[in-house]
Amino acid sequence: MASKELNSTDYIEHHLTNLTYGKCPDGTWSFAEVHGKSQVAGTEASCNISEMGFWAFQVDTLFMSILLGMGMIFFMRRVAKNASSSKPGRVQNAVEYLVTLVRDQVQDNFTADKNPLMGPLALTIFVWVFLMNLMDLIPIDLVPWIANGFAAPNAEGGAIHYFKVLPVADINAPMGMALGVLILIHYYSIKNKGLGGFLAELTFQPYGKWMAPINVIFEIPGFYAKQLALGLRLYGNLFAGEMIFILIALFFGGFFSSFTGVLSGIAGLALNFIWAVFHILVVILQAFLFMVLTLVYLQQAHEHH
Amino acid sequence: MNFNATLFGQLLAFVFFVWFTMQYVWPFILEALEEREKEISDGLEAASRGKRELDEAHQKKAEILEEAKKEAADLVNQANARANQLVEDAKSNAHEEAERIKVSAQSDLEQAAKRTKEELRSEVAALAVAGAEKILGSEIDRDKNSEIIEQIAQEL
Repeated sequence: MASKELNSTDYIEHHLTNLTYGKCPDGTWSFAEVHGKSQVAGTEASCNISEMGFWAFQVDTLFMSILLGMGMIFFMRRVAKNASSSKPGRVQNAVEYLVTLVRDQVQDNFTADKNPLMGPLALTIFVWVFLMNLMDLIPIDLVPWIANGFAAPNAEGGAIHYFKVLPVADINAPMGMALGVLILIHYYSIKNKGLGGFLAELTFQPYGKWMAPINVIFEIPGFYAKQLALGLRLYGNLFAGEMIFILIALFFGGFFSSFTGVLSGIAGLALNFIWAVFHILVVILQAFLFMVLTLVYLQQAHEHH
Repeated sequence: MNFNATLFGQLLAFVFFVWFTMQYVWPFILEALEEREKEISDGLEAASRGKRELDEAHQKKAEILEEAKKEAADLVNQANARANQLVEDAKSNAHEEAERIKVSAQSDLEQAAKRTKEELRSEVAALAVAGAEKILGSEIDRDKNSEIIEQIAQEL
């Protein structure tokens, strides 16, 4: 429901701006200021997002990811509590299918000695990332519209003017998870190989210890690039998907104003449907990839060379 | 693309969810799963064992049936042989009996014939004596002429 008064650039920019709460240079905490007014109606904003620097929270990202995560664990907990081996219900069957899938992936990709963390880690990643990715399929203006008190973003009054519903289109969410995986990789590498062994792996390969400087040049970027790419891949895919949805949404701009507006609206509907169907694949695939790659990297952290 | 403290918020949430799943979700579901997998494999094993036992029972049954048939056939054969034996025995007994009866009847007959002969002889002797008396007109002293009479009688 892009409003007529918003031009395309404003519309896209609006959809790419997170609801941010942070510490301004003057030391006060507030929501960010965008285009001269606070992101949330009725609050005083003393600086914009870029002025906040590090001490800022994307409230919408955290809210959506934690909401989805909470939903996930409550649902899973309910199933786990009532899990019975003899009489599984329909819901338990579905969850068991998921757990079996994850368990098989763990067994295929994580061949090191049993680590009780791997199963729960993989399950959490797969389900949580899947749910977060799924937010991309919600009509793009629906949640911002609700957040703004059922009003267009440029309407007078309103409530929360900015709200991005897709947490993974904010770099912080996928990178936060990738950071967790990175910490685990370092922990298990050092635990299993010793600090010396871990460093030796980065310095004495592939050309032996006399070529250590060259080895480091080869190994260190490779080692960290793959961990960085774990988060960037998810972010990139979902951000691009979101971007396409935003662009498609521009077709609806003049739906109520003219005949050509109606035509482009219909074209937009078709495009939106096609992209959404295609995107279902991306949603599942990226969640699955994040899980499998996490397992593969942690397997490498357990391997001795 | 602005990195900020959200990164760590997300990290903490991630850690919490993994911890929760590890503590309260994964083990329970996996336990139910593995229990059922075990039950199924046990059930399958029991089924195959039952099938094997059934096959064995079938085989045993066939063996017993075969044996019983053989035994029954043997019994029938034996009975037949015994019956034949009995018939044979009865036949030969009857034969012997008949033979014996024949023999004794013959000897009876011979004795009777002998006795009749004797009687006839003595009667003929008496008749001869009587005839001679009449011819001679006197009594023949039996004691005196007994030798002659005997002789005649012997010659008859």
